[in-house]
Amino acid sequence: MIRKIGEWFDARIGLGGLRHVAEEKTVPLHRHSPWYYLGGMTLFFFMIQVGTGTLLMLYYRPSAQEAYESIQFILTQVSFGWLIRSIHSWSANLMIAAALAHLFSVLFLKAYRPPRELTWMTGFAILILAMGFGFSGYLLPWNKLAYFATKVGTDIAGTVPFVGGFVVRFLRGGDHVSGSTLSRFYGWHVAILPALTAFLLGLHLVLVQRHGMSVPPSIEKEPGPRRSMRFMPDFLLRDLFGWTLALGVLAALAALFPWELGEKADPFAPAPSNIRPEWYFMAMFQTLRLVPGGALLGIENEAVVILAFGAIGALGFLIPFLDRSVARSGRSPAFTLLGVAALAFLVGMTAWGYHAWWPVAVAFAVAAAGWLSGRAMVSKRGDTV
Amino acid sequence: MFDGKSGAPIPRRKFLERFLATTVGTLTMAVLYPVARFLSPPHVEEDVGSRVLAGKVTEVSKEGWKIFPMGSEPGILIEKTPGEFRAFTAVCTHLGCTVQFDKGSHRIWCACHNGYYDLEGRNVAGPPPRPLKPFTVQVSGEDIFVSRA
Repeated sequence: MIRKIGEWFDARIGLGGLRHVAEEKTVPLHRHSPWYYLGGMTLFFFMIQVGTGTLLMLYYRPSAQEAYESIQFILTQVSFGWLIRSIHSWSANLMIAAALAHLFSVLFLKAYRPPRELTWMTGFAILILAMGFGFSGYLLPWNKLAYFATKVGTDIAGTVPFVGGFVVRFLRGGDHVSGSTLSRFYGWHVAILPALTAFLLGLHLVLVQRHGMSVPPSIEKEPGPRRSMRFMPDFLLRDLFGWTLALGVLAALAALFPWELGEKADPFAPAPSNIRPEWYFMAMFQTLRLVPGGALLGIENEAVVILAFGAIGALGFLIPFLDRSVARSGRSPAFTLLGVAALAFLVGMTAWGYHAWWPVAVAFAVAAAGWLSGRAMVSKRGDTV
Repeated sequence: MFDGKSGAPIPRRKFLERFLATTVGTLTMAVLYPVARFLSPPHVEEDVGSRVLAGKVTEVSKEGWKIFPMGSEPGILIEKTPGEFRAFTAVCTHLGCTVQFDKGSHRIWCACHNGYYDLEGRNVAGPPPRPLKPFTVQVSGEDIFVSRA
């Protein structure tokens, strides 16, 4: 019976071809292979976000009067509401962390070289969208911290010369952070950003399938036969194992450290002293804190910093076209150095912003985990590990 | 590993298959159960004070009846005889339309499917299957207070 149904669909959709592609697909096996799992890990957290976000929409009310209360309702009245909301918040952060680790691993392994320029660019754009998800989602509980962080965040956009005023009004849906801002952020968070992400993610995944996994130049140069493992089932099962672990970590974090709701936003109350953005904006926030008031060539210092961040982002986006030597010779130590500098800056500034060492420890732990598991992979015998 | 019934050893592959099926099954349940529970909305106790100011005596006497909010649902207040008031939920027991007072027949009438209740709230004609739930009425000077019975 099941086979017959399967054949019926196969005749109409051509699943056999898809299966054939999956069976043929292989994944290179070498000491840097563990980094291949980070993209899938990001995708896993994204799927969790879609699932839990859809559930939260059933009870959440996007208005200044009701937003905070509706989340209170979710947390206290709805069965497992606290869990779903906590998972949504934790998974959002783990997703950005996984995406950042994915980005830097791709950068250091030079996977952006031809023909994978578009894969890099779509991935980079998705990370920016993910940060947009984070920024818009942060305001939705309508608590004090989020309210003032959004005020500051949107104000920063206002310092940009010429277009600043327009951008602020566009972001806020008015002159001030108000209920209009909340409706607007909600629209971005649940409709516009998901639509854009779905498109770019689809393209990103198609490109990954089209080109296969990139083998780092350092591995390509090594003599001897190249090793690989089958995607189905060897790589996929390892992926699933990783996802199961991630789900365990996520559930533990969500249950043991439930995400706080805080106090309801009061536009007529003074800003709290502990105001801070999400950790992935901390490096930028800390940099802005260090900038003295004043102006450079008639542009406010803050605007200069913002423009510099924008320029660095644009350069990052265009790396595949800037790094010509890696396409020619497979070597581009200058870009490796720039990557290390960028990573050190981000980690260092984040640590400074929190006055804590954990950002440094996390960065080292991720690097060490990738390095050690890569060593373990190639030290075993056989084609697959 | 031994099979419970026959005492014969279970092949390793079979054991692993069962182990995997149990693990995956448990994990699936652990995800689906909270989701299913989350989907069903919690029962919320309506935040209605025990007494609601339903209207003024003069106001109700003018038309002989009035619809007033009882929490999130409408209630109906009727002057049965001069100075004697009755209050019920205004939600028809048939399909939930809001009922009204029909002066001609001197009964409570639901316009949706032509259902009738008498002034004690009893369903007397048409499709309504049950009487209207009555509220307690207290007149205090000019004010008419209604509370859940």
